Amino acid sequence: MHNPENAESPRGATDLTRREFLIAGTATVALTGCMGLGTKSATEMKPQQAAATRVSFHVNGKPCQLELDNRTTLLDALRERLHLTGSKKGCDQGQCGACTVMVGDRRVVSCLTLAVMHEGSLITTIEGLGTPEHLHPMQTAFVKHDGYQCGYCTPGQICSAVAMLREIKAGMPSHVTSDLTAQPKLTADELRERMSGNICRCGAYSNIAEAITEIAGRTA
Amino acid sequence: MKFDMPATTNPIDQLKVIGKATERIDGPLKTTGTAPYAYERHDVAVNQAYGYIVGAAVAKGRIESMDLTAAKAAPGVIAIVTAENAGQLDKGNLNTAKLLGGPAVDHYHQAIALVVAETFEQARSAAHLIHVDYERAKGAFDLAIAKNSSTPPKPGFGGPPDSAVGDFVGAFESAPFQFDATYTTPDQSHAMMEPHASIAAWNGDKLTVWTSNQMIAWSVGDMAKTLGIPKENVRLISPYVGGGFGGKLFLRADALLAALGARAANRPVKVALQRALMMNNTTHRPATIQRLRLGATKEGKLTAIAHESWSGDLPGGSPETAVSQTRLLYAGANRMTAMRLAVLDLPEGNAMRAPGEAPGMMALEIAMDEMAEKLGLDPIEFRILNDTQVAPDNPAKPPSSDPQSKAPEEKHYPHPPFSQRRLTECFRTGAERFGWNKRNPVPGKSREGHWLMGIGVAAAFRNNLVMKSAARVRLDNKGVVTVETDMTDIGTGSYTIIAQTAAEMMGVALHQVVVRLGDSDFPVSCGSGGQWGGNSSTSGVYAACMKLREAVAQKLGFDSTKAVFADGQVRDGGRSTPLAQAAGESGLVMEDAMEYGDLDKKYQQSTFGAHFVEVAVHASTGETRVRRMLAVCAAGRILNPKSARSQVIGAMTMGMGAALMEELTVDKRHGFFVNHDLAGYEVPVHADVPHQEVIFLDETDPISSPMKAKGVGELGICGVAAAIANAIYNATGVRVRDYPITLDKLIDRLPEVA
Repeated sequence: MHNPENAESPRGATDLTRREFLIAGTATVALTGCMGLGTKSATEMKPQQAAATRVSFHVNGKPCQLELDNRTTLLDALRERLHLTGSKKGCDQGQCGACTVMVGDRRVVSCLTLAVMHEGSLITTIEGLGTPEHLHPMQTAFVKHDGYQCGYCTPGQICSAVAMLREIKAGMPSHVTSDLTAQPKLTADELRERMSGNICRCGAYSNIAEAITEIAGRTA
Repeated sequence: MKFDMPATTNPIDQLKVIGKATERIDGPLKTTGTAPYAYERHDVAVNQAYGYIVGAAVAKGRIESMDLTAAKAAPGVIAIVTAENAGQLDKGNLNTAKLLGGPAVDHYHQAIALVVAETFEQARSAAHLIHVDYERAKGAFDLAIAKNSSTPPKPGFGGPPDSAVGDFVGAFESAPFQFDATYTTPDQSHAMMEPHASIAAWNGDKLTVWTSNQMIAWSVGDMAKTLGIPKENVRLISPYVGGGFGGKLFLRADALLAALGARAANRPVKVALQRALMMNNTTHRPATIQRLRLGATKEGKLTAIAHESWSGDLPGGSPETAVSQTRLLYAGANRMTAMRLAVLDLPEGNAMRAPGEAPGMMALEIAMDEMAEKLGLDPIEFRILNDTQVAPDNPAKPPSSDPQSKAPEEKHYPHPPFSQRRLTECFRTGAERFGWNKRNPVPGKSREGHWLMGIGVAAAFRNNLVMKSAARVRLDNKGVVTVETDMTDIGTGSYTIIAQTAAEMMGVALHQVVVRLGDSDFPVSCGSGGQWGGNSSTSGVYAACMKLREAVAQKLGFDSTKAVFADGQVRDGGRSTPLAQAAGESGLVMEDAMEYGDLDKKYQQSTFGAHFVEVAVHASTGETRVRRMLAVCAAGRILNPKSARSQVIGAMTMGMGAALMEELTVDKRHGFFVNHDLAGYEVPVHADVPHQEVIFLDETDPISSPMKAKGVGELGICGVAAAIANAIYNATGVRVRDYPITLDKLIDRLPEVA
């Protein structure tokens, strides 16, 4: 998905380059579906009241109904509207995995999906896995193996790990699965490949792998 | 309390809590997503509005005009802050470039506006409606060119720009073995997971900022200075920091603009730096060009060592002090080092994890490997042969040129002994554990299917710094000990080691200790930086606990020198009283700081280690995979082996990034870092990192502090990249001197595929 803020290139000033025109055009087209705007260049864009939509989904087993600006990501709906701030915003660009939640049994980077796309979804966030008093086994394992340092990627790592084990159980292959027809096993390579969407800049990977391996061994 | 004599036996030596591998006390909060980070404080201020930052689209020049009309009229917009309407702003003492640019632009993505709106979506949308016309100025963006006009920098954290012992030139020219090579390290980004973020709220002329910052007191000072308000009117709160690595040492644009936005909007405002702005808006580790010359006898004794380093920064900035370790690591009678600083108009260069030593060791420790090969010596034996127990080159700070300076000149000790130095033991222990003797010294000869296998080694070295640090401890009538200090925990484990320290000192269980950090209302600590945080902050807690112990003893009529604090009781001879009772209804509160004399001048305090790495390089594609990693560290007492080990493996991981992938790519025409997000700036991920092993040598250093500890968080990164580079050479026979070692630098030089 294109992110206009990321597209800025150094420029003289007044001249809109062909690239920028295309970018502006793309942004406008992207908005057209929800705002009913005609195609205009960036400089002609007039501020418009953004469309809002009512959306209902379940978060951690509880039904939620929200009236949301259509541009609101699932992540911002969770963090800013529902005050479920366990899911982290590390990049807002789908590059770091800190915002990972589960929609059904599947991992989703919640910054790359709009909340209004989740009518009826069953969403599980880190807050739905356990509490400080009653940790989920994966949370306990992360504490035991020191699978975190600053803690900012941690909820995403844990949600990702829990869903990843379910994906393996469901027989979903990964990039490193050699036999696509056999039941995948949680080898070190499979674990590391499947967790690679979750960056930990503190570098707790070796410990995270140990925490996940312990839980996988218990549930296997 | 002043620490000016080596530590003797003290309550920490009981090691009932200290020194035990301890789960982090903040673990249950962090793993459940309930540890509150800066941007998440919905609880602290009602009616928070959202700020969105606009970054400059040129590297250098002036804003000719900024059209805010459309943005102001956009739905939900409350205020727009620009330099034009922000009022008079100063610049922080620790900032090189202004945090709010305009009309002058000092670097690409320098903040030039903040849009404040009711929602994040509205603020972001309106920010894109601001139209800016720039007059672009010419800038210097290429270090290789700017190097030619570089000058000696002012002496700073890394010491004076030059040092010289003996006659380097003469010794080098007459050395039977000579080595001369130039290495480069690229600009690197901290890329911590939590973006710089702040919520600011004004109450009259008092400002409170919930932020993400490593150094609370520094940033209170710079916020006050920038806004032109008294320090007493600024409160910073930063209990959880989602990574820093030096990138959050200073006041940054998020905090300043949140404060300005809140003033303009007349309500609390929250701002997070957008990820795509971070790499050009904030600081980074500057690129270096380093020339190393080594001269040795045929037996392998170094007789001449020279290390020169060039780096660049904005006007008024500072150098990357990449020669620091070369003044201390290896013996050699004739030596020189020099740092030169060029003016570059790239974003501000500044400290990143182990500034100086991290990039310096990347060059020095390849050079040592190359020289060992030239001499036909084992790289470990070559290093051990040139070990030293005294600082071989310890240049004095030049006298202050400021005639107004009242500071007394420091006494200089030219060749102080190391307080502890077990580098040789690190190598020997590691060699044994890693199976060094299985390494084939002839490169390119070990194969495993399609993979060329190699083993590499490098020394680890990082200085140990001690900093004044204060704490307040409170004992209540339930026997609970509460520690308050403005120390931060940036993932380092401060919460836990501070709790361990208080538990050990007061003789209570770990769960009887409450630790509150990161609030400028608390006593000023050393903060988190330069790997001084663990040792210095706990020493401050030690000082406060000593005072509290005295107060308890005095209250009970006990002899404070003989009173034993254990199991929640205070005992003196036959008498024993529960701590809770001693505290009484009102409790007891004590505050103290640990300050340091000149033990760190009389002795050279450093931390040491050895990194061992095994790599596999694909014979056809040149892809490098790290198979095994081991670090052996000698770094004083290890307060919490669990979190200390994590510090080291994390640093090894970042060092792997430096070796293999991390590089901010400079657009030398327009002057900015092109790959300014986490997709373009590659950092190690799960798939890159094998199981990592760490060994801590059993050590205490009574010269460093009453804790007898030192730092490990930066030691772990120093040398790793060179160990990987040396392993790649051992695997392939290809020597790469320009980091990162990406496959394009190997592929056309790989051995013929058999």
